[in-house]
Amino acid sequence: MIRSRMTSRRLALPAIALTIALGAAACGGSSDDGGGSTSTTGGGSKLAAATINGSGATFPQAYYETAIEAFKGEQPAVTVTYAGGGSGKGQTDMAAGLVDWAGSDSVVKPEDAAKFATPFLYFPTVAAPITVSYNLSGVKGLRLSADTIAGIFGGTITKWDDAAIAADNPKADLPSTAIVVVHRADGSGTTANFTKYLTKAAPSAWTLGTDKVVNWPAGQQAGNGNAGVAQIVKSTNGAIGYVDFSDAEFSGLSYAAVKNASGKYVTASLAGASAAVDGATIEDDLTYDPLDAAGAAAYPITAPTYLLISTTYSDAAKGAAVKGFVEYILTGGQSLAAEVGFAKLPAELAKRAIAQLDEVTVG
Amino acid sequence: MLELTERTAPEPLGGHRPPGRIVDRTFRALAATGGALVLVILAAILVTTTRNAWPAFADQGLTFFTSSTWDVVQGTFGTLAFSYGTLVISVIALLIAVPVSLGVALFVTELVPVRARRAVVFVIDLLAAIPSVVFGLWGILVLAPALTGTYTSVADAVDGVPLLGTLLSGDPISGRSFFTAGLILAIMITPIVTSVTRETFATVPRAQKDGALALGATRWEMIRGAVFPHSRSGIVAGVLLGFGRAIGETIAVALVIGSSPQITARLFNSGDALSAVIANQFGESTGTYQAALIGMGVLLFALTLVISMIARGVIHRAERRIGSASA
Repeated sequence: MIRSRMTSRRLALPAIALTIALGAAACGGSSDDGGGSTSTTGGGSKLAAATINGSGATFPQAYYETAIEAFKGEQPAVTVTYAGGGSGKGQTDMAAGLVDWAGSDSVVKPEDAAKFATPFLYFPTVAAPITVSYNLSGVKGLRLSADTIAGIFGGTITKWDDAAIAADNPKADLPSTAIVVVHRADGSGTTANFTKYLTKAAPSAWTLGTDKVVNWPAGQQAGNGNAGVAQIVKSTNGAIGYVDFSDAEFSGLSYAAVKNASGKYVTASLAGASAAVDGATIEDDLTYDPLDAAGAAAYPITAPTYLLISTTYSDAAKGAAVKGFVEYILTGGQSLAAEVGFAKLPAELAKRAIAQLDEVTVG
Repeated sequence: MLELTERTAPEPLGGHRPPGRIVDRTFRALAATGGALVLVILAAILVTTTRNAWPAFADQGLTFFTSSTWDVVQGTFGTLAFSYGTLVISVIALLIAVPVSLGVALFVTELVPVRARRAVVFVIDLLAAIPSVVFGLWGILVLAPALTGTYTSVADAVDGVPLLGTLLSGDPISGRSFFTAGLILAIMITPIVTSVTRETFATVPRAQKDGALALGATRWEMIRGAVFPHSRSGIVAGVLLGFGRAIGETIAVALVIGSSPQITARLFNSGDALSAVIANQFGESTGTYQAALIGMGVLLFALTLVISMIARGVIHRAERRIGSASA
């Protein structure tokens, strides 16, 4: 369902066009070129020919690729590319001026921000839940608290019938199977967000810190990419691993309900992710931290992702294309997110991001 | 080069000397530039990688090589566990590939009829043409899951036996382990080891082999008495070349080794290797962390260089011996 985008996209295109027109009208033409032109004939809103290259985070890549293809239908003259490669690569490529836009799951570190050739802005695009997927025969509807997850991935909880797991699941009949922890072998924003969540929600139980790679206890299993982790979890009884929502769905994994800041056990879902974004505090630069966010419906392990956009583009056609693409992602493109397993932004945040586009000067 | 043959070949000796000389000189300059360029590129790679890795070397000091703690969060970059993994899987690969390769090489040179020889050699060389990522994917999707059960029964069978009981044990959960990586590498280095040893076996003088047979030696005695002593350095060279290839192999290892850095004698456990860590972690790295990964590249480069230099030396000696034997 998640991955079969080809058929649904065709149907979705007219709907997107409509959404854009409505969205632009509703916004009251907050941005000068985009708002004014869409309301007229439609032929006049076409952007000039330009190629804008991007690279960076692989976590939202499926969504960006879908959005790029749909955007091509809107603006045939504009070619948008996205090379992936990881948030780190996106940041260094952007700093060196190699790409026109970059994707990043994380906020640029202050010492790295100084290396950027031109100042940049963050544009939040979508959010997605990271599931705690498991494979344990005979057990369904597993519930886990942050401290228990920290104990499992930190190596202190080694059996499925551990008292801590039993406390989270009073009704379940847990076997004494050994827990097989599966983590990422490659450096990953998903690892960074997952460990950041544990650092935040289980400060005393989680001791490994947070980064794109952490010093996992020896003897755990590791897979390459979300798909690699999902494959090991799927094929191993007793396994547990963190997998992004779309890959978990695609592989048909079961995932645990995680206890959120309000004390409710919430199963990973796009609605839960949107609720987490809603509950997060949005900073002035539009970055936000939806991990362990407030709100009864919020899924606590929700990861944000951003576009990095320069504040100035000397090439007018390129600049207009970048602005057009970002605006598309924040308006019509939002409705494509759910198809590929991502949660769209709350309307309020999308509106603030669109308004921020005015800070980008072109030409 | 084409020009050279076209112009000089049909001319009788002595005619048109000046153009021939120019072509000669151009060729010489071209060849010298080519040769020098290789050295310059090699030196440039070594210099730039070392320079890029310097922040990590300076920051970590000797612990970069001697510590086995790789903690990106704390900024501790010790590569010993990865070096250990690289060496362990390379040794496993050699232990499996060398006997097989020697057998195949002997089979081809001593046992197979001349007509079938070409077909066998072709098939072996075909193995070398398979991209390593294909080996890796096959390892992760087919070999590793299939071996999980075998590992468990082998570990049960040798449980309690000194040494073997330790080596052939571990937690074969997904089948991704030192041993699986070694197995895949063994398949990958078999063609090169076979090819080098086959060439050496082929240089054993006919007269020596016939002499041995004439003295009443069986075929095996002839191989042991005439072929092996003559080919000793060639075999060593083949082994070292295979070792060099195994040490640097990246993507297949990254996929099947399990990516869980640890120093353990239990070969059915997951481990990690230098090349695999670089491939896995480079994309998301920055600062000293990235410098440390580049530093592992320098370490790997130095290891490979030392091994191929030894291999070169041995091959050189072998050639000199063969030269003096046939004279």
